[in-house]
Amino acid sequence: MKYLKFILTGILFGIVLVKSEAVSWYRIYEMFHFDSFHMYGIIGSAVFTGILLLQFVKAKNLNSIEGKPINIPNKARSVTRYLVGGSIFGLGWALAGACPGPMYILLGTGVFSMLIVIAAAMLGTFVYGVISDKIPH
Amino acid sequence: MDVILDPWPWYVSGPLIALVMFLLVYFGKTFGMSSNLRTFCTLAGAGRRSTFFNFNWRDQKWNLLVVLGAIIGGFIAHFFLSNDTPIQLNPSTMVKLETFGFSNIGETLLPKEIYSWEAVLSLKGLLILMGGGFLVGFGTRYAGGCTSGHAITGLSNLQVPSLIAVTGFFIGGLVMTHFILPLLF
Repeated sequence: MKYLKFILTGILFGIVLVKSEAVSWYRIYEMFHFDSFHMYGIIGSAVFTGILLLQFVKAKNLNSIEGKPINIPNKARSVTRYLVGGSIFGLGWALAGACPGPMYILLGTGVFSMLIVIAAAMLGTFVYGVISDKIPH
Repeated sequence: MDVILDPWPWYVSGPLIALVMFLLVYFGKTFGMSSNLRTFCTLAGAGRRSTFFNFNWRDQKWNLLVVLGAIIGGFIAHFFLSNDTPIQLNPSTMVKLETFGFSNIGETLLPKEIYSWEAVLSLKGLLILMGGGFLVGFGTRYAGGCTSGHAITGLSNLQVPSLIAVTGFFIGGLVMTHFILPLLF
């Protein structure tokens, strides 16, 4: 169970993202044209539910399964890295139509050309790691 | 069975994604898929080139298992829980894609004009996939998270940095969709 629960959670994630069509390049394209409510509905209802769940966690001081207090680490304060990094991410998201979760999920649906995208994403992460102390954060 | 086999509506899918986030938080972890790219780099020996990759990858083993599960989930959903319902795209979206020369729009999850081997094995097709992947991988680490870490977890936790990052996601996405994709197709 120590490891199985993570595999099962991943399976749930993969099924939901395929069944919701959120892994579809077409849905991403449509979203950025504001032609459909579908993706906004998914993200909006996920965030709405997520806010309720995390408020519940905080109100009840809920402990994790390991008995430790649940703590979601805050991200460091900055504007540059989030705006610039986020925009670079967005360019790739709309081009490949896949973000880091769907890349793996789509591999599972049998799209093996996705391995090229995953390899390139690893390269992008590697280049960031090499030059991270030279770019503004 | 049709309820399962047909595409799921947004109001079912969204809360289930929040449930995935909640489960990982409850397990004492976080929902962040892009971190795995860094772990893969570390496994490939990137620590020799940058201290950014010097961390104990075993601490991220749980996240690699989420990836494994996501692949299995994609397989199950696609081959056992789906019928061939085309994606119900807005007709105006389909017209725009027809002007790109796309066909069979929405009949598969991904356009064959980008992801079929025929497309991938052309120079342009290869550059599109490699460029897209590179931008995602670089951008997500620079921004400190992706759709799962910022858009779902960060916004659910009412974090301002995540709101800025998601704003960036949309700036980049809109520029690509409206200005760059029309040049490529």
